[in-house]
Amino acid sequence: MSKRKVAVVGAGMTRFVRRAQETGKELSWQAVRMALDSCEMTMDDIEAVCLGTAPDAFDGVHMKGEYLSDGAGAWRKPYMRSYVGGGTGVFVPIQAWYHIASGLFDVCLVVAEEKMSSYYPHAQAAFLTIFDHTTERPLKPNLLWIFALEMNRYMQTYGISKADIARVAVKNKRNAADHPCALLGDKNITVEDVLNSEVLAWPVNRLDVSPVTDGAVALVLAAEHVAKRITDKPVWIEGVGWSLDTAHWTNRDLAYPRYVEYAARMAYEMAGIKEPRKEIHIVEPYDPFDYKELHHLEGLLLADRGQAPQLVADGVTLRNGNMPVCPSGGLLGVGNPIAAAGLMKIAELFWQLRGEAGARQVPGHPKRGLAQAWGDLMQVGTVVIMGR
Amino acid sequence: MSERVAIVGVGWAGFRPVTPEVSYKELMYAAAVRAYADAGVDPLRDIDSFVTVAEDFHEGTSIFDEYTPDQLGAVLKPMHTIGGDGLHGLAAAYMLVRTGQFSIVAVEGHSKASNILTLPEITAYAQDPVLNRPLRLNTHFIAGLEMNRYLYETGTSQEQCAAVTAKNRRNALDNPSAAYGADLTLAEVLDSQFLAWPLSRHQVSEHADGAIVMVLAAEEIALRLTDSPVWILGTGWCSDSPSLENRDWGQAVYARQAAGMAYRQAGIRSPQAAIDFAEVDDTYAYKELQSLEALRLVPAASAGLLTEEGATQPDGELPVNVSGGSQGMGNLLDATGLARALEVVVQLRGEAGPRQLKDIQIGLAQSWRGVPTASGAVVILGN
Repeated sequence: MSKRKVAVVGAGMTRFVRRAQETGKELSWQAVRMALDSCEMTMDDIEAVCLGTAPDAFDGVHMKGEYLSDGAGAWRKPYMRSYVGGGTGVFVPIQAWYHIASGLFDVCLVVAEEKMSSYYPHAQAAFLTIFDHTTERPLKPNLLWIFALEMNRYMQTYGISKADIARVAVKNKRNAADHPCALLGDKNITVEDVLNSEVLAWPVNRLDVSPVTDGAVALVLAAEHVAKRITDKPVWIEGVGWSLDTAHWTNRDLAYPRYVEYAARMAYEMAGIKEPRKEIHIVEPYDPFDYKELHHLEGLLLADRGQAPQLVADGVTLRNGNMPVCPSGGLLGVGNPIAAAGLMKIAELFWQLRGEAGARQVPGHPKRGLAQAWGDLMQVGTVVIMGR
Repeated sequence: MSERVAIVGVGWAGFRPVTPEVSYKELMYAAAVRAYADAGVDPLRDIDSFVTVAEDFHEGTSIFDEYTPDQLGAVLKPMHTIGGDGLHGLAAAYMLVRTGQFSIVAVEGHSKASNILTLPEITAYAQDPVLNRPLRLNTHFIAGLEMNRYLYETGTSQEQCAAVTAKNRRNALDNPSAAYGADLTLAEVLDSQFLAWPLSRHQVSEHADGAIVMVLAAEEIALRLTDSPVWILGTGWCSDSPSLENRDWGQAVYARQAAGMAYRQAGIRSPQAAIDFAEVDDTYAYKELQSLEALRLVPAASAGLLTEEGATQPDGELPVNVSGGSQGMGNLLDATGLARALEVVVQLRGEAGPRQLKDIQIGLAQSWRGVPTASGAVVILGN
């Protein structure tokens, strides 16, 4: 028996906002409703549900996946929550891919939800509990602090300036101005605005970072024979990859994300891609910080090490450039409801490859796109390659 | 794509009420080393993907999947965590192999319940924060309500529930890995303090620490690796309503649906005829009875009577929880379902020592995620 092909056939997303009035269940359902409507399906057509959502600590709800299950449309259905930290948003479609590719299901719903505003006063404090209880927690580190270390290491290794990196934030926030769901779109933002925003943990300034956000995204995935009945424009999942590095992040060379490379190689091999720089037309790398977009382009083998900033400076990564990067606006522009932000990237590829991205549409009828997320202790890479 | 998938190696560490001298990582490592040796595989060279099951609040660490790869030999490998029971993880690993993209996949589950100083408070945090938490419902109180409804709907007696505890804890005396083996009379079970009427203390499974690792392989690899593969014939899982307000309190709908899915995959039309023995959820004694009925392994509302008559004893018609179940082995949090499946594997291989069942070909393992969920999973294994 040959491998089963899996396609994305529908997508929906809520607005990404600083503080949603809705509960996480309600946000999930709104996204599910839109995804089902987009492909004219109902809950009766859904055989299984895959959920992605980041730490339970955000909501203060133990077994948050169980709590969200009816909102995600899983009532009396097979339902599983997968989890790889920040990489979760791009992992949930992989989870649904293996549900369908295994032959057990033909149609799966993918839901990613995040409600970070419940954590008062700021969700950043929840991240204190992700560190090793013996060796790290006594130092009271937070995520900004360790990513500042990584950004600094990246800058030092290759001689990259803060202005080189700030251009990414500018590009993405400008792109997001065309996204109807975006929290931080800004057509007029400049590199100076980013450099002049307050320092949070040097070299990270406030506008180098994506904000705390609430939101949800949902997709419908289907096996080949079903997908072709549902839509004329299925977007195929051609390759998936993921890789989890050691928990001992302090032993890692932070200048290069090797785990992203491993995940990318797995996905390229599955998709039969030999020359990614020629064969990938749109890239949605994970950009919770602006330097991460550059870092990840290198890990994805789409730029030489230390050379990604040059691509940005040359305009290659603009929406009308040779290799558009984060045409959605990314996490920096659309917002960063952790798991939902990753799935937003998959939804963006779906819309772009179908030519339905409206004002954000990348010109030239792109055929293939790649989305990637990253998470844990600078530790996990998740990659999905989609094509039409 | 490989249709058939087998469990080719199992390893476990534990199970004990407390394990002060080892960390959860050491428990996981010990279980993994044994499972890899049992399967004859090298994790770095041979295993293509890894799955763990864990919940952040049980671990006391957010984004707990960070701390899973090192002790399993999974560094820089495709690895992910399922926020579910061990049987959900087993099903995920099963699906990964069936995609044809992975030949050998390992699944891990563990419990370090003794590290949790405030377990009742943690489990209460699983309740709806708006509708239920203000009522300050204790987890066992919710189980007591459900037990009461089950007894009312089925005419089952408290003595019949107590018989489950007596049987399982006695079974555990023959299981050297079980933490809570005991010879209890029905009166001792019933007269233990009521936690939430009609639920008495001895009908609630105590927690234990331990870790379990299983190695799954596609058919052609499995046949190369072992002479005694245990085949996965069917998997199923289901979540009923998470709301306490609008679910069926008397019946385990999630178990019925999950079993239906697993039976369909396994091509089983008559579960009572096909299943030789079962390891089912007995987090609370009444759950074993409720689950057996939902699994259609006994007629509706008959599990209590059959238990009283000895039909579910190791020498009965349908041996249930020969391992001791959660009552006898201890509740292993997210690893509980894997412990049920572990016993099925060990029995099918004929390696169960003094508690070995005879003439068995197909066994069923079932789990529940605990109060306040209505989620569970089923795996059917055969040799």
